[in-house]
Amino acid sequence: METYDVAVIGGGIIGAATAAELAGRGQRVVLVERDRVASGTSAHCEGNLLVSDKGPGAELELAKLGNVHWNDYRHTVREELGEDFPDVEFEPKGGLVVATSDAGAEGLLDFAASQREAGVTADPLTRTEAHQLEPWLTDRFTAAIWYPGDCQIQPTIATEANIALARHRGAVIREHSEILGAVRDTSGRITGLRTSSGDIRAEHTVIACGPWSRDVAERLGADIPVSPRRGIVMVTAKMPQRVFHKVYDADYVGAVGSGDTGLMTSSVVESTQGGTVLIGSSREQIGFDDRFRADVLKAVAGKALKLFPFLADTAVIRSYSGFRPFLPDHLPVIGSDPRNPGLWYATGHEGAGIGLSLPTARLLADVMEGVPTELDPALFSPARESLQPHLIERISA
Amino acid sequence: MTDASNTVSITVDGQPMTGTSGQSIAGVMLASGLRSWRTTATMDRPRGIFCGIGVCFDCLVTVDGVRDVRACQRQACDGAEVTFQRDGSAPTDRGDLA
Repeated sequence: METYDVAVIGGGIIGAATAAELAGRGQRVVLVERDRVASGTSAHCEGNLLVSDKGPGAELELAKLGNVHWNDYRHTVREELGEDFPDVEFEPKGGLVVATSDAGAEGLLDFAASQREAGVTADPLTRTEAHQLEPWLTDRFTAAIWYPGDCQIQPTIATEANIALARHRGAVIREHSEILGAVRDTSGRITGLRTSSGDIRAEHTVIACGPWSRDVAERLGADIPVSPRRGIVMVTAKMPQRVFHKVYDADYVGAVGSGDTGLMTSSVVESTQGGTVLIGSSREQIGFDDRFRADVLKAVAGKALKLFPFLADTAVIRSYSGFRPFLPDHLPVIGSDPRNPGLWYATGHEGAGIGLSLPTARLLADVMEGVPTELDPALFSPARESLQPHLIERISA
Repeated sequence: MTDASNTVSITVDGQPMTGTSGQSIAGVMLASGLRSWRTTATMDRPRGIFCGIGVCFDCLVTVDGVRDVRACQRQACDGAEVTFQRDGSAPTDRGDLA
């Protein structure tokens, strides 16, 4: 039987980054993917590396680390994979958050003040300054905050880059392999996986399956309460650049932090290096229903026009939807499961997984190796108190 | 076999081109020897027909003043004025701002 130190399940950005990190530390790693790598959430998102939408707390600290890591990582990709590997399109473009109502202005200014105390650059702008950054922005806004720390990356290339790094460092990538169950020893420890392409022996197993993590955990006899939260993005035709940063309505912060299961929309508009403009965003918890929904597109488009009226005359060439991995306490879960020795999680990053992938991989690898971590791992552990009411079997501290 | 009723005449960036009635604008341009009419945003690489079936949006042109028309999908009409879209960066002066 093939034997590894670590089996990582899931070929999205989290699994890919985890496999690359562990392989880089000399671990023998296999990554198992049901379909093809970079085929799920990581290929159906925007590649946001945002600090602006996160209030003070554990997720913001992880995001701040993430943006530092990505800034370095693009050089790592270049050095290890060479000039022929496509650019990951890292852009420290900055984010402009605007409020479009008086109540929204008050909320935004207070939120920005709390972020500044947590070390985020969040500068209130005058109308003139805001229009200097975004000349085509509506005149009808009530407050604007500039976040120079917001960045963007091409998420599919970033995922493929991590897969390539993992391979380059000796990891084995097994695509089209579905998880059928766990192999346990007599003590109950998970010591391997049964897959559709044969059994694997591994000392550690990491579930990095994004919104599909709950299902995979169940197949292994475990539970983790991740559920899918759908989002859509519209893509315009290529155009002369008229959007220069990430621009979003302050409502977005409320939508990100909400646990509402109904449809929520808020405006996020940004251009890409290819010349298209991406228009989001929506959040709804409707399972894995991926049907085309004109009413959602209409709501999202309507809000985008409030920010950028010029978009009324542009052609939308397509839309896509994806499923965010949602955890009820709004924090990713990174760490081992004491109920199932040998099992680890790196999942539940909701809409922030691209940015959080690198620090997630390092945190997990540090804990696995028993070396000092960049952040307190208890914050993200499946044993944290805020997650316990949502587990079938509570983890006692 | 070509007769006047079976042909269509358009201008492409000011140059007259003649094709067969029913052809797409892309068809007329390709038949006239034109392979590329757009460049990519960051690398300035040539682009023209890629998929040819309306999916990729690589063949966009302006037709009679309307942007973002897929040359592969639009039937060439007599007298149509096709121009190319050169989307470099940024008219930053919106004009109507105080």
